[in-house]
Amino acid sequence: MKKTAYSFPEEVLEHVFSFIVSDKDRSSISLVCKSWYEIERWCRRKVFVGNCYAVSPPILIKRFPELRSVTLKGKPHFADFNLVPEGWGGFACPWIRAMAGAYPWLEEIRLKRMVVSDESLEIIAKSFKNFKVLVLSSCEGFTTEGLAAIAANCRNLRELDLRESEVEDLSGRWLSDFPDSYTSLESLNISCLGNEVNLLALERLVSRCPNLKTLRLNRAVPLDRLPNLLRGAPQLAELGTGAYTSEMRPDVFSNLAEAFAGCKQLKALSGFWDVLPSYLPAVYPVCSQLTSLNLSYATVQSPDLIKLVSLCEKLQKLWVLDYIEDDGLEILAASCKDLRELRVFPSDPFGLEPNVALTEQGLVSVSEGCPKLQSVLYFCRQMSNAALNTIARNRPNMTRFRLCIIEPRSPDYLTLQPLDDGFGAIVEHCKDLRRLSLSGLLTDRVFEYIGTYGKKLEMLSVAFAGDSDLGLHHVLSGCDNLRKLEIRDCPFGDKALLANAAKLETMRSLWMSSCSVSFGACKVLGQKMPRLNVEVMDESGPPDSRPESSPVEKLYVYRTVAGPRLDMPGFVWTMDDDSALRIS
Amino acid sequence: METTEKIPQKTTTSSSGGLNLKATELRLGLPGSESPERDEHGGGGVKKGSGGAKRGFCFSSDGGSEMGIGKDGALFSPPPREREQASVIKEKKLIHNQNHISSASAVKEQVVGWPPIRSFRKNSMATTQKNDDIDASEAKCSNCLYVKVSMDGAPFLRKVDLKNFATYKDLSSALNSMFTCFTISQCGTHGVSGRDKLSESKLMDLLYGSEYVLTYEDKDGDWMLVGDVPWEMFTNSCKRLRIMKSSEAIGLAPRAMEKCKSRN
Repeated sequence: MKKTAYSFPEEVLEHVFSFIVSDKDRSSISLVCKSWYEIERWCRRKVFVGNCYAVSPPILIKRFPELRSVTLKGKPHFADFNLVPEGWGGFACPWIRAMAGAYPWLEEIRLKRMVVSDESLEIIAKSFKNFKVLVLSSCEGFTTEGLAAIAANCRNLRELDLRESEVEDLSGRWLSDFPDSYTSLESLNISCLGNEVNLLALERLVSRCPNLKTLRLNRAVPLDRLPNLLRGAPQLAELGTGAYTSEMRPDVFSNLAEAFAGCKQLKALSGFWDVLPSYLPAVYPVCSQLTSLNLSYATVQSPDLIKLVSLCEKLQKLWVLDYIEDDGLEILAASCKDLRELRVFPSDPFGLEPNVALTEQGLVSVSEGCPKLQSVLYFCRQMSNAALNTIARNRPNMTRFRLCIIEPRSPDYLTLQPLDDGFGAIVEHCKDLRRLSLSGLLTDRVFEYIGTYGKKLEMLSVAFAGDSDLGLHHVLSGCDNLRKLEIRDCPFGDKALLANAAKLETMRSLWMSSCSVSFGACKVLGQKMPRLNVEVMDESGPPDSRPESSPVEKLYVYRTVAGPRLDMPGFVWTMDDDSALRIS
Repeated sequence: METTEKIPQKTTTSSSGGLNLKATELRLGLPGSESPERDEHGGGGVKKGSGGAKRGFCFSSDGGSEMGIGKDGALFSPPPREREQASVIKEKKLIHNQNHISSASAVKEQVVGWPPIRSFRKNSMATTQKNDDIDASEAKCSNCLYVKVSMDGAPFLRKVDLKNFATYKDLSSALNSMFTCFTISQCGTHGVSGRDKLSESKLMDLLYGSEYVLTYEDKDGDWMLVGDVPWEMFTNSCKRLRIMKSSEAIGLAPRAMEKCKSRN
C-alpha cells in the first residue's frame, strides 16, 4: 500500500491519542474513520458512563477491551431527595461481575448513586490485582464486611472514598484488615460511617502511609484523638475532622493547636460535627493556607463562625450553614477575594419562620465582592427580581447557579411578582451558565428566557413552576446543549413532550414527577422512539389499570443502546413496542 | 395545581370541628377488608384489595418513599390525639385555624423531597439538634432517623423519617397508609408509657388477633415489638422497622417480654 502522509503507523497514532484525555475529544477521534475508531478503542483507558442503563456491560467490554478506569452513575439525581423508591435499580453487580472477567488489570472504579452489595466488593477485592481507586459516592447496599474484603485484599489500594454512601455499619473492625505491610493509602474518606472504627488501627494505618494526602474521618472519631492522627500524617492536604467537641481542657486544646500547626500542607478542612466554639481557634494557624472549607455540618454561629471564615483569605470553596447570615457573607465578600464556590445550607429547613438573618442580600454581597464566584447553591426564604438582576450583572462568569427559596412558589417579596425576570437576567448575562436550579413563583415566561438565552445550559432542575406545556416546550426546543432535565410538580404534559421527542435522544435523561403527562402519551413516546427507554413509575398499581389519560406518577426517559432494562422492580414499566406492558 | 393527588376531604369538615378523629382511629380487620372511611386515604382511583382474595399492592398514591406530615409539632403542639394521618395532608388550613396558634398562613406541610436536602444531611442536622438538648455524654444516635420499613411479602422497602412523628399512633397511621392492604396490629398505638406493662395475655391477644405486627430492630440488633417503650426511647434506638407476620413474631415475644420486664 502506498504510504501517504495520512497513514501513520498505529503506534504513532496511539501515542498521539494518549494525550487526548477528555471523553468528548476521544469520542470525536473515534468518529474520524474506521481505522481511527479501531485504534482509539484499543488504547482507551478510561470511560465515563453517565447512565448505567444507557449501555450494557457486554457492549462496553466489546468496544473497549483495555480499560483501566470505569465510572458509572446509576439512579437519577432526584433520588437524593427520596423521589426514587427503593429497589428502582442502579445495581452495580452485573457490571462488576462482567468487568472482573474482562479487565483483570482494572485499577479504578467510581460509582455514583448505585446499589453495591458486599458480594460486589468481594469480587472487586479478589479480581483486580492492581486495583487502586474505589470511590462509592451516594451508594448503598453494602456493609462494613464488604469494606473488610477490600482492606484485606487490595495491596495496591490508593484511594477508598465512601462519600455520602449509606453503609450498614456492623463493626469498626474492618479497618484492622489492612495488613501491616500495606502502606500505599493516599486518600481515605469514611465520613459517612456511623460507628466508631478501631482507632488504634486507624492511627497505625495513618502513620505508616507516607503518601496519605486526604483523610476524612467520621463523626465518631473523638476530638482528643485527632492530634495523634495529625502528627502521624503531617503531609495531609485535606482533613475531615470527626466530632469537634470535647470537654474544654487547656491541654487538649494546646495539643490540638500544635498538631494543626504542624500540618503545613493542609489546604482543605471539613467535618466539624457538634462544634464547641472554644475549640475553633485551634485551626487558626492553618486558616491562611486553606482553599476549601466545609462547615455545612457545623452548628456554630457568629461571631465564632465569621472570625474563622475571615481568616481564610485564600479560600476558594466555602460550604456553610445559614448561620453565617447576611453579615457574615458581607465579611466573606470582603475577606475572600478568591472565592469560586459558595454553598449555603438551611439550618432549619422545615421551620415556618426564619430562624436566621439570611436573605437575598447575603448572596448579593458575595456576588459583588468576589469576582471569581462561579458556582452557587443558596437556600433562603426570600428573593427579589432586583437582587437576581444585580447578581447576574455582577457575575456574568457564573457557571452553576442553584437557588432554593424554601417555600414553593414564593414571589418576589418586594413586588409580589413572579421571579421570571430575575432568573431571565441570570440566563441572559451568564452566557456560560451550565447548570441552573429554579425556585419561587415562576410562569412560562422564565422558560422562554431560558430557551432563548440558555444556550450552554446542560442541566436544569425545575420544581413547582410554569403554567402550561409551553414552558416545557421552550426549554426542550431552545436549550441546544441540554443534557439533563429534571422536573417535579409542574403542569407540563403531553404536547410539549411529544412535540420534542427527538430532542430527548440528544439528552442523557429527562425526569418528570407529579406533572401532567398521561399514560397514553408515555406509550406513544415509547413506541415512537425505540432508542429511548420510557419508564413509568407508579406505586399504586399498573398504569393500564387506569384510563390512558390519567397522569403518571413519575416518568424517567433516557437514551440507550441497550434496550429496555430487565431488572426493574414491580412498580416500574417500560413503554416500548410491545403492546402488552412488560412487568418484571 | 400543586400535585396530582387529590384526596377528598370528607371528614375534615365533619361536625367535630374539623378534627379528623375517625381517621386517626386504627382499626383491626382482616387484610383486604376496607372500612368506608379508608377510601379517601387511598387516593383517587386506586385499586383496593378485595377482601381475603389476592393481595394486590394498593399503596396510596402519595408517591415517594417518604411519608411526611406537617412538621409543625414543635410550633403548634396540638394534642397528639388530634393529629391527622400522614396521608390526608393536603389542606389542613381548616383544622389548624381551629386549633389555631399563630399565623394565618396555611400550615406548612412537608412535601416529599422538598426542600431538596439529602437524607445524609438531614439526619446529621437532626442528630445535632437533638444532641444540643441532651447531655453530651449520652450516646449519639447516628442512623436512627430515616429508617427502612420492610414488610413481609412486599416487593420493596419504604423509608420513613421518625422525626416526623410524635407518637406511635402517628407512625402506625402512616405505615397503615403506606401498606394499605394490610393491617398493622394495635400494638403500640396506645402510646404505651414506660409504666404500662405489656402483659403476656395482652401480647398473645395482639399476636393472634391480627396477621401482621410491627416490629423494629434496636441498637443491640434485637427485634422488638413496637410500642413497649416510651416514644423518645424508641426513636433513639430504632434502626429499622419490619412489618412481620404474626406467626413469626410469636417467636420473638418471649424475648420482647423479657426486655420489657427488665426495662420496667
